[in-house]
Amino acid sequence: MSTASSPSRLGALLMTPVHFVMRLIDAPVRGLQKATGIGGMAAFFLAPNMLIFGIFVLLPLVINFVYSMTGGTAFFLSERQFVGADQYARLFTCGSYLDPMSCQEDAFWTAVGNTFWFVILQVALMIVTALITALILNRDLAARSFWRAVFFFPVLLSPVVVGLIWKWILQRQGLLNFILYEFGGTEPYTWLTDRNWTFAATIGVSIWAHMGFYALILLAGLQAIPKDLYEAAEMDGTRPARVFWRITLPLLAPNLLVVVVLALIRAVQIFDEVYVLTGGGPGTSTLYLTQYIYETGFASALRNPGLAAAASILMGVVLVVLTLFQLGIGRKQENKGKR
Amino acid sequence: MKLKSILAGAALALMASTAAFAGDVRIMWYSDGVEGEVMKDLVGRFIKENPGINVILDNVAYSVIKEQLPVQLEAGNGPDIARVTAIKDLARHWLDLRPLVKDAKYWDDNFGAQADWMRPDGSNQISGFMTQITLTGGFANKTLFDQAGVPLPGPNATWDDWAAAAKKVKESQQVPFAMAIDRSGHRITAPMLSYGANYVGQDGKPAPLDKGAKDFLTKFVDWTADGTFSKDVWVSAAGTTYRPAADDFINGQLAFYYSGSWQVANLATKIGNSFDWVATGSPCGPAACTGMPGGAALVAVKYTKNPKDVAAVMDWFAREDIVKEFSERTLFLPGHKGVVDKGGLDFKTDNEQAKAALTKYVEATKSTSETALKLPGWRWSDTVYAAVVTRIGQTLAGELKLDDAFQRIDADIAQKVKDAGQ
Repeated sequence: MSTASSPSRLGALLMTPVHFVMRLIDAPVRGLQKATGIGGMAAFFLAPNMLIFGIFVLLPLVINFVYSMTGGTAFFLSERQFVGADQYARLFTCGSYLDPMSCQEDAFWTAVGNTFWFVILQVALMIVTALITALILNRDLAARSFWRAVFFFPVLLSPVVVGLIWKWILQRQGLLNFILYEFGGTEPYTWLTDRNWTFAATIGVSIWAHMGFYALILLAGLQAIPKDLYEAAEMDGTRPARVFWRITLPLLAPNLLVVVVLALIRAVQIFDEVYVLTGGGPGTSTLYLTQYIYETGFASALRNPGLAAAASILMGVVLVVLTLFQLGIGRKQENKGKR
Repeated sequence: MKLKSILAGAALALMASTAAFAGDVRIMWYSDGVEGEVMKDLVGRFIKENPGINVILDNVAYSVIKEQLPVQLEAGNGPDIARVTAIKDLARHWLDLRPLVKDAKYWDDNFGAQADWMRPDGSNQISGFMTQITLTGGFANKTLFDQAGVPLPGPNATWDDWAAAAKKVKESQQVPFAMAIDRSGHRITAPMLSYGANYVGQDGKPAPLDKGAKDFLTKFVDWTADGTFSKDVWVSAAGTTYRPAADDFINGQLAFYYSGSWQVANLATKIGNSFDWVATGSPCGPAACTGMPGGAALVAVKYTKNPKDVAAVMDWFAREDIVKEFSERTLFLPGHKGVVDKGGLDFKTDNEQAKAALTKYVEATKSTSETALKLPGWRWSDTVYAAVVTRIGQTLAGELKLDDAFQRIDADIAQKVKDAGQ
């Protein structure tokens, strides 16, 4: 008897302060509900969340937009001059958008071009690599958990560590040149000062660093595909390639879409590991949009926060479009599922 | 009763923590060599002598000083004291120590020569003092020259002489590059001045690149294209990012390295007995044989909550005996007139090469040009440096033709001047 009553007594004891608070707020909440109705209560309960969202997301966005309409090198808004859309006009003043050197802000358009090609190539290669990895990890391998951990491990590393590791591998006196020299007698090659190699290296390194995360999402998708479909296909004697195209890929489509959109957004925002690995060089061949914004707003002599803010607003627009695309596709699939 | 005791205890703890906070002085410090260790030791001694002031030394990377500190200062934050190199550019953020230090005359007498470098134009503010005076200059790997049988060029040798000699060494000794210069606008300004460049226009604002500047930059680009100068350092980053070539020299990969006096301790420590090296001073151009002066200053930040404690710390570190000890242990050239005039600096190293290098740098200060002496206190120096580094870096990477780079440098500087005027 006593053992049965102890937990309930403890529960009652623990609930005492809760009941006390509830009694305290009960009357004003009832009053509020009477005055505003059910709709008002929804707003009341959403208010704390909206307040946090407003302070930490919406307000910085608005401040950033205001900054983009100001000029000068001062940081405080009160010391900055309103210039309207001048910063945007400066970014868009170009002879030809395909020739960055004809633009007033050539570094911005170089960064836009670099980011565009980086996104296209990195996302495509990332999806293919992650898919192949997930397909392999989904098989009955020996030490499967170990291999899953191995592929996921780079995701756990800080981007700075990733950049440094690969810098030590790729620099003139790095590990790669040492191996090539030891086993092939090849003269040291400066991978990080060759424009083409450096661009390829940033793609390769970012795939290495993030692929495990996307492979994990795809692996989860693969494991959710009912086994009986594969068994039926096997009984029908379907070729493995056909199984992949007709069963695996269509049923993996929702996960693939998530991966594509997440990888796209992450690729547009690329900065940290590349900044450590190449610093945006050689020249400006790996200067991506986020680094341009950082350098313009924070790192160059006589910083220009207004121009950096305008560039980040434009980048934000691209990210919003990508997010809306993700939401749209998600809804479409949801509706398909309901039908 | 219990509640009262708890509240009283909490209040006491709060008061104690506030009191400790009031006596905190935070120093943001970066190191090129061993000075971080020396400073840590000196801070420990200061705290022992001044138990009421707690000095916290934050050792950070130079990039933090260069990139993050200015942002903190613009936002009205930052440390109480900082060791900086962009001393003029950020002068509006420094605290005027004149009314706070024990003896302002001592400061004027001993640090007056560089006081203008770190205060707003037209003021008599005491912002801090130079922890070291630096001068850019070259270092040669004597062992490589000896092995190649190439004599070291003499005291008035030109950049052409050094390039020719270093190239012979490179070919003979199979090193990757003959010469390297740090990826820095300050560093490359020295040879540009030796070729007759003058950055300052008649109105005190930046002048377009002149013949002297273009002449050296043209040679530099050509020398990099033919492999005389290291390409790695200058193309390994975008924008204004600083890259030193010290590691290449330390690893015996370079015959000649152009950097500055602050590298002496670093080279002495890291090269050890691996090879012989000498400081060469700055090679000559048609107009001068100048290096670029500069240095790092310890400055007080005006946003400090404890100006009196900050002044006490600054007074202690500016003491003649402390400056002397700091210079002797770090192998830095002192910025204290009393220490320089009295001489007798006993640099704490048994490395004869380091001692000889420091003597060479002291000699080289005599050939520093007038323009070079003006630039550290000129507001637009960093703007010109940034434009030169960015565009020449692009040229070396094959993105720009040299003539286009010249136009872009002038346009970039003009745009920055316009931005600053808004």
